Amino acid sequence: MRDTCKNGLIGAALLMAVGTSAWAAGPVGPNDVKFEDATVKASLTGQPGDAAAGRKAFADKKLGNCLACHKNSEMSEQLFHGEVGTPLDGVADRWKPEELRAIVVNSKQVFGPDTVMPGFYTLEVGTHVAKNFQGQTILTAQQVEDIVAYLGTLKE
Amino acid sequence: MKLKSILPVALGALAIGFGASDLRAEPVDDKLIIDGEKEMITRTKAPEGHPFDEVLSGWLFRTPETRAMEADSFQNPAMLYVERGAEIWNTVDGAAGKSCASCHGDAAESMKNVGAHYPKWNAAAGKPYNIELQVNDCRAKNMQAEPYKFDHADQKALVTFIKHQSLGTPMGIDLSQGEMKSWWEKGKDLYYTRTGQLNLACASCHEANAGKYIRADHLSQGNVNGFPTYRLKQANMVSLHNRFRGCIRDTRAEQPKAFSDELMALEVYVTWRGTGLSIETPAVRQ
Ligand code: HEC
Ligand code: HEC
Repeated sequence: MRDTCKNGLIGAALLMAVGTSAWAAGPVGPNDVKFEDATVKASLTGQPGDAAAGRKAFADKKLGNCLACHKNSEMSEQLFHGEVGTPLDGVADRWKPEELRAIVVNSKQVFGPDTVMPGFYTLEVGTHVAKNFQGQTILTAQQVEDIVAYLGTLKE
Repeated sequence: MKLKSILPVALGALAIGFGASDLRAEPVDDKLIIDGEKEMITRTKAPEGHPFDEVLSGWLFRTPETRAMEADSFQNPAMLYVERGAEIWNTVDGAAGKSCASCHGDAAESMKNVGAHYPKWNAAAGKPYNIELQVNDCRAKNMQAEPYKFDHADQKALVTFIKHQSLGTPMGIDLSQGEMKSWWEKGKDLYYTRTGQLNLACASCHEANAGKYIRADHLSQGNVNGFPTYRLKQANMVSLHNRFRGCIRDTRAEQPKAFSDELMALEVYVTWRGTGLSIETPAVRQ
């Protein structure tokens, strides 16, 4: 959690350094996210994430729907955790916040093009996207930050 | 782009998987014997060029209750649709005053094992035909009746009845007819094409992750040998193209039309992937 906050501040500072116009434009757009060595250093919104909101977005079938593929013991009140992805218990011990952000934004930048994990804040998507989802990301920038903050709490 | 190795993590996950007794990551070791008499082939050696060594029926991935329901034709709710299909078979419809039986007689003889070898090349149409398209052709040309609209209740019942005449017969299509091979190729391309906002291909779920749970669903190899299938979730018969469309919709992609070239190519390819499995129609699935 502390790390995420710190990163948020650094992110804010970076954005300010780039120019105030970045603020006027709102969050970093999906095509402008900067990946460096499989990390995304700055908060997408310049704001720290809210872990409690992230916990909800993680479980929400219309948002992250992360449980479809991942087991997460911290959410044992939810039935049926998927097995397609790695169990997320202790995930914050294995990955730094800037790595977790990169994974959620566009996992293909971290795991390679063959991963089945969807990119949640990218427009690099499959063919024939349904009309109501065209040009849109699965999560908003703030929802990504919230989920990253929540993942940061998953320590063993 | 730097790729971080995930191997140690993956191995860790495997170790956890072994310890957890509530997870059934494997298809069951069980035999499907309908009414204690007729044994179905639910596992068989894959045809040459197949990504798996063994092809498995979706039945092996279902719960004990669902498996039992399919094994007992008194319990299988879809047997009502087989009966309804038999009625339609014998019912006169259309301006020519004919029923299916007027031309084909007793389906137990004329349709025995026929459904197991569809889709078939249709030279006049210049494309592969499945049973639905063949039935519609017969209705239009021989009965002078309206073709069925996609997923009309009578279409599903009649196709279920026809496929049921192949119960137990190993599925196998002839790719040497007409241009079947190029349709197979096109279907294969589609099978590996990632679609939709979720960016998933058929292979992402049914090849890379067969045997694993995706939320509450135990992913099978996505074989077609049970179709039309009774789905408990919908309490109704589900046609193959309806299932394809549902899986594609779940990737948040536009759904191709039923019987479109895309879905016919996919049907040819996916039917081939299940070569050698018994026709189980009507299967029962979640
Ligand atoms: C359709 C499946 C799928 C969905 C949905 C999915 N993931 Fe994943 N995820 C994977 C797979 C598979 C991997 C393992 C990497 C690989 O093999 O490609 C993974 C890996 C990860 C990892 C790295 C885990 C580790 O310990 O190495 C994190 C973190 C992660 N996912 C988070 C999420 C979050 C958060 C969501 C929802 C916003 C999510 N995933 C949704 C399939 C999925
Ligand atoms: C997001 C995951 C996902 C994708 C992508 C997907 N499916 Fe499925 N599919 C499922 C699930 C879940 C089921 C129900 C459980 C099962 O039978 O595997 C299913 C069932 C099926 C079945 C029924 C199997 C049976 O035994 O009754 C067929 C056939 C099928 N899928 C074909 C396809 C094809 C072809 C594609 C690509 C066009 C595809 N699926 C893409 C998740 C998926």
